[in-house]
Amino acid sequence: MLKQYSFEETAVQTFDDKTSLAMKTENLQVFYGANHAMHDADLAFPKNQITALIGASGSGKSTYLRSLNRMNDGIATVTGKIWYHNVDINEPTVNIYEIRRHIGMVFQRPNPFAKSIRENIVYALRANGLKNKAELEERVEKSLRGAALWDEVKDSLDKSALSLSGGQQQRLCIARSIAMEPDVLLLDEPCSALDPISTVKVEETLLELQKKYSIIIVTHNMQQAARVSSQCAFFHLGHVMEYTPTGTMFSNPQIPVTQDYIAGSFG
Amino acid sequence: MNAKRTDFLATVVINLIVATVVGILVFLLAYILISGLPHVSWSFLTGTTDAFSGAGGIGVQLFNSFYLLILTMLISVPISLGAGIYLAEYAKDNWRTSLIRSAIEVLSSLPSVVVGLFGFLLFVVKFKIGFSVISGAIALTFFNLPLLTRNIEESLSAVSRSQREAGLSLGLSKWKTEIGIILPVALPGIVTGIVLSAGRVFGEAAALIYTAGQSAPVTNFGDWNPMDPASPLNPFRPAETLAVHIWKVNTEGLANNAAQLSAAASAVLIIAVLLFNLGARLLGNFLYRRVTASK
Ligand SMILES: Nc1ncnc2c1ncn2[C@@H]1O[C@H](COP(=O)(O)OP(=O)(O)OP(=O)(O)O)[C@@H](O)[C@H]1O
Ligand SMILES: [Mg+2]
Repeated sequence: MLKQYSFEETAVQTFDDKTSLAMKTENLQVFYGANHAMHDADLAFPKNQITALIGASGSGKSTYLRSLNRMNDGIATVTGKIWYHNVDINEPTVNIYEIRRHIGMVFQRPNPFAKSIRENIVYALRANGLKNKAELEERVEKSLRGAALWDEVKDSLDKSALSLSGGQQQRLCIARSIAMEPDVLLLDEPCSALDPISTVKVEETLLELQKKYSIIIVTHNMQQAARVSSQCAFFHLGHVMEYTPTGTMFSNPQIPVTQDYIAGSFG
Repeated sequence: MNAKRTDFLATVVINLIVATVVGILVFLLAYILISGLPHVSWSFLTGTTDAFSGAGGIGVQLFNSFYLLILTMLISVPISLGAGIYLAEYAKDNWRTSLIRSAIEVLSSLPSVVVGLFGFLLFVVKFKIGFSVISGAIALTFFNLPLLTRNIEESLSAVSRSQREAGLSLGLSKWKTEIGIILPVALPGIVTGIVLSAGRVFGEAAALIYTAGQSAPVTNFGDWNPMDPASPLNPFRPAETLAVHIWKVNTEGLANNAAQLSAAASAVLIIAVLLFNLGARLLGNFLYRRVTASK
């Protein structure tokens, strides 16, 4: 039997005006039909930092993350505000395609297109009007370097992306996202299908990428959250319970539910 | 019975069933080819038919069959592609969509004679187009659309959701995602569907008797202007196809070698269908490799 924790007792940090923020949500609620899967999420994400979202399975991490770039459109009802550059991008009038070019996403299971490695990266760029060959080539190299994949694939850019290993595919998906030069990168358990070596590579990639991008990553792996993130939010049954700097979260959690989760004595 | 024994028995039974199916097919093919091929000659393949007795070559009919097939495909593939994409990607799960699905199902179960008579009354009589390639092609389109639409919808739906999400998350529109990312992956399935329906169209007689007509006027193969009445490309001329010709020679052929004529024409029909299938598959594989960079 799951232990009952009060949803009233939360510890969610806020940031003062001096911290520049990449994104922020206010009162975010998500409903899958009658299932109220996300309650009142108020989170702010500092620029050029990695924020980890942790919590048990079914706690609403993916639900929350997918709301941030409107991937829940047509799947769930999302209410509340999502601030991005002083615009509430949860408004129905917002151009979601434009938004997704600024807020990229990498999924749990690697999902490269059934195309060549090069085409995986340039397809969306071309669709968005970038036609210059030299520039496209440059983006291919830059994004593959950014995702720490360049050295492994530079001689086989015309090979099918599906011939890569799982870890390489996931880094290709990261490269594909950053080739769009987004501002914010959302990652939903990007390493859960990868072996430890590939995981380390992806983590190194993320640490490098935070210089240019703001990153929000869902992870099941607490060591991973501790290794890569600066801020950490803990989700429980559709509620954000605690949000603190990662160091604090793991050394000195503020409320019982987080303490139990971190200690592994949950439920 | 232990697992090993069960496996062994099941394998034997399955192999027997497969062997039966293949055996029937081989027997049919061999029978048709052996009885028909000896009567096939170059002059038979290119010659013209005597309008009265039905004797003579099948050059015009062979051309008509291919021309009608291509015209039908040109009309039906784009329409069913649109309908298939709509059903797979845009249609909401509501009563209107199920109405569309049932309509497609009903259309696909219409007997081809009915489709033919409908085409006859509407295009040939009412619109006064007359027995013509175009009337036949439209009738065959009716007959073709439901199967192709279903096939395209299923091939598209079989592509993983995660591919769609990848496209959308890059800011691609639904349409661009569907056309540029999902369609190439679904291509082999779609090509199979097109090949199968092409085989049906090529062998179809009932729907064409009253639409494309039963006469194959001699055409001038030096004249490729589709507007000229004598041009083989003119879509408004009557065009008896090979399948219709076989039916006609068998039912009302007055030539004294009618049996040989129809056997030979059947052999040619089968070879043409096989060649067409092979060609379409090669083309499909080539396209698939091109768009997916797979070896
Ligand atoms: N597409 C969907 N349709 C309906 N309900 C959904 C859908 N996706 C998630 N849910 C529900 O929302 C709740 C939160 O799920 P979510 O996937 O966000 O959890 P999660 O924290 O990401 O879990 P995990 O760690 O297993 O990925 C669950 O109760 C789930 O049943
Ligand atoms: Mg999840």
